[in-house]
Amino acid sequence: MKKDFSKTTLSNGLTVFLKEIHTAPLVSSWVWYRVGSRDEASGKTGVSHWTEHMQFKGTPRFPAQALDKAVSRDGGAWNAFTYMDWTTYLETMPADKIDLGLRLEADRMANSLFDVEEVESERTVVISEREGHENEPMFRLGEAVQHAAFRVHPYHHEVIGDKADLRSMTRDDLYQHYKTYYVPNNAVMAVAGDFDSRKMLARIRELYEPIPAGPTPPRLSRAEPEQMGEVNLAVEGPGETTYLQVAYHFPPASHPDFFPLSVLDSLLAGPSNLNMFGGGISNKTSRLYRAVVEKELSVGMSGGSSATIDPFLYTFSFTIHPSRKPQETLAALDAELQRVQDEPVSEAEIARAIKQARAIFAYGSESISNQAFWMGYAEMFATYDWFLTYLDKLAAVTPADVQRVARQYYRPQNRVVGTYLPVESSQVEGRK
Amino acid sequence: MTAKNVKPADLRPSALPGPEDILRETLPNGITVLSRANFNSPSVFVSGYFASGSLFEPDEKLGLADFAASMLMRGTAQRDFQQIFDALESVGASLGFDSGTHTSSFSGRALAEDLPLLLELLSESLRTPAFPADHVERLRAQLLTGLAIRAQDTADMADLIFNQIVFKDHPYGRPDDGYPETIRAITREDLMDFHRRTYGPREMVVAVVGAVEPKAALERVARALGDWQNPNQEARPELPPVKSLKKTVKKHHAIAGKIQTDILIGTVGPRRKDPDYMAASLGNSVLGQFGLMGRIGDVVRERSGLAYYAYSSLSAGIGPGVWDVSAGVNPANVQKATDLIVAELRRFVEQGVTKDELSDSQANYIGRLPLSLESNVGVANALLNIERFDLGLDYYRRYADLVRAVTPDDVLAAAAKYIDPTRLAVATAGP
Repeated sequence: MKKDFSKTTLSNGLTVFLKEIHTAPLVSSWVWYRVGSRDEASGKTGVSHWTEHMQFKGTPRFPAQALDKAVSRDGGAWNAFTYMDWTTYLETMPADKIDLGLRLEADRMANSLFDVEEVESERTVVISEREGHENEPMFRLGEAVQHAAFRVHPYHHEVIGDKADLRSMTRDDLYQHYKTYYVPNNAVMAVAGDFDSRKMLARIRELYEPIPAGPTPPRLSRAEPEQMGEVNLAVEGPGETTYLQVAYHFPPASHPDFFPLSVLDSLLAGPSNLNMFGGGISNKTSRLYRAVVEKELSVGMSGGSSATIDPFLYTFSFTIHPSRKPQETLAALDAELQRVQDEPVSEAEIARAIKQARAIFAYGSESISNQAFWMGYAEMFATYDWFLTYLDKLAAVTPADVQRVARQYYRPQNRVVGTYLPVESSQVEGRK
Repeated sequence: MTAKNVKPADLRPSALPGPEDILRETLPNGITVLSRANFNSPSVFVSGYFASGSLFEPDEKLGLADFAASMLMRGTAQRDFQQIFDALESVGASLGFDSGTHTSSFSGRALAEDLPLLLELLSESLRTPAFPADHVERLRAQLLTGLAIRAQDTADMADLIFNQIVFKDHPYGRPDDGYPETIRAITREDLMDFHRRTYGPREMVVAVVGAVEPKAALERVARALGDWQNPNQEARPELPPVKSLKKTVKKHHAIAGKIQTDILIGTVGPRRKDPDYMAASLGNSVLGQFGLMGRIGDVVRERSGLAYYAYSSLSAGIGPGVWDVSAGVNPANVQKATDLIVAELRRFVEQGVTKDELSDSQANYIGRLPLSLESNVGVANALLNIERFDLGLDYYRRYADLVRAVTPDDVLAAAAKYIDPTRLAVATAGP
């Protein structure tokens, strides 16, 4: 594959990826920080996400409201995301306007105010964001399952954080977090689109190189001990619908087993779409859809993992058929897992999974934002090379690999089974 | 090291679609085909709509159009459910149908090499669905579960009762996904009859965008759908007028055990083809979109910290849409948030927007256009928009001028015409 990007490390440690794409007059610029909810100690859960919110609250140069207005006026789209392993900020703008995005991102790498009144106002906004999630049965169940799966590793809490901590954290907690992790040597910049790389790099040097490096930020790393047996839990809440989640401890993205497991994901649950922008495909011919939805044990199902630094989870989610029990779906899941453990999958099934992945990557390549996304995202849990060689690594998977990983990971001792049980409610449907 | 990218200006499609790069042709059976090439990615996107929808449903069978559309790919005269999805999923393609009020729609994507397959399955699903009896019951259970989930969703339920208030005694007040008792009442015979009466090529539109020459795309569509005829295809039902509210109407829908309440406050807005649509749309941007959710976001989120989301939206279609403000707040703050929102609506209607605010939103509308047209999906949406509302093939080339032509007085007039702060629908759903 011809190399069509550049990677440069500035003198302050900032890594810069550039990729010229001249298909539309757009540039998408992302700054990724190696910090997320996995870096949060008890008492400070949610600090990474709340810090991300505060990054929109202004610097001396760009006061709070001025930022939004400036980007919107230029027709830009901007956003930020906080995840377990990383936090990222992006601007996708008309090519001749991207300088604003570059300037404001350089500015808020070092100069955000964290005004105490803004911190207080944002406290209730973040709590409101969490309360919106709490309205969703699947959030309540997912939070309980994740917590049960990780006793030691900080993947145990949701990115949004626990309410107790959202109520008690202070401005100084947030500011300290910002000052510790938002340093150029802890960041990756990824820019794709309609620009000249030489000029773009010069401009990035001009804006970012004056920002001093900081001490290398520590990362929390407390390895989760092996789970010693199946964990079962139930969450009760309003509604009429029962949900089932079955989560297996899973290797990190950089582990070689991630690829045969990705083939297995396609076969069992339909291919996961790893793009942030770009469509996926349906899963109606997947083995589990046929085993549980076609057999009317559940009315819907999905499965997927996340590309993470440390071992995380692969989660199957089921919406149980109103006249069935979740145990029946669980038994059908077990039978399908037994099948992939007992019988090698065919070469044709592997080839199918590769074609599906190729198509999904093609859909993602329509978007310049998505192409910039990959350069930074892959660096957060592996390297950009992980993305560039993804299809090759899938192509190298053999039926024996698939069988081996099915046996190794999909064991009851390695899983948490969570059920959302609806409790009776006297409320009835609104009638016309 | 950077590999040098050649930048041949003539290979780069014009950023904005226009008459010389959009193919538009109507087949003899009434299907209009729109196509525009994009060879930047090896994929192709197909979408469109046809003149069947929930307007054709009787009250006691609400959800019929949705049920029928969801059945199309559950088996056809040629293939069963698993064969249809095996053909699609084996090549990483997708196809789906969705019912609407006036029209129902479809969309699908594939690698360009698989476009013929995609169109073949589109044609089969539309023309020869088999409505297998076992799938009717399987889907019914799925739809009923969907309604049970809807009944627990504060945003969905606020939306449902909001529409019941603003579109009282009007077909727009009926939920497209029906109610449990209407879904239970629908028979396989109803579905087949609905298909026979309302599915046909007349007024159907197909857009194909991606790595295919438009002429080849037209030929492919003609081959797949050009010989479709349905002499029984009924004319679209007339739309009765919407009665405006006499006073503010408030309704709360209680859902026990919820943590947050969703609020919807608003009224009936313009139709997409109304001359003041652009003024209303730009006004709405100032009110609750621009930057971080406009004035509404500023007051409810930024200054009061009451909500994670608080914004306004304007949905204009073939008939009048709704112009409303949404917010998700703690149940203790419902009154406070409602008062803030109504006060903002009053200010908007009485004072309109400033020149600076308007020019900010105008710049935003013009500047964001290339991004919205970046992907095949974005271009296909634009082509369908042009067709559905007779905007003209040069619409996106004229767009900047149309946006710039709106004045603060135009916005004020549109605001005052549609929004009366003393006659609002206020719908809430929560604990």
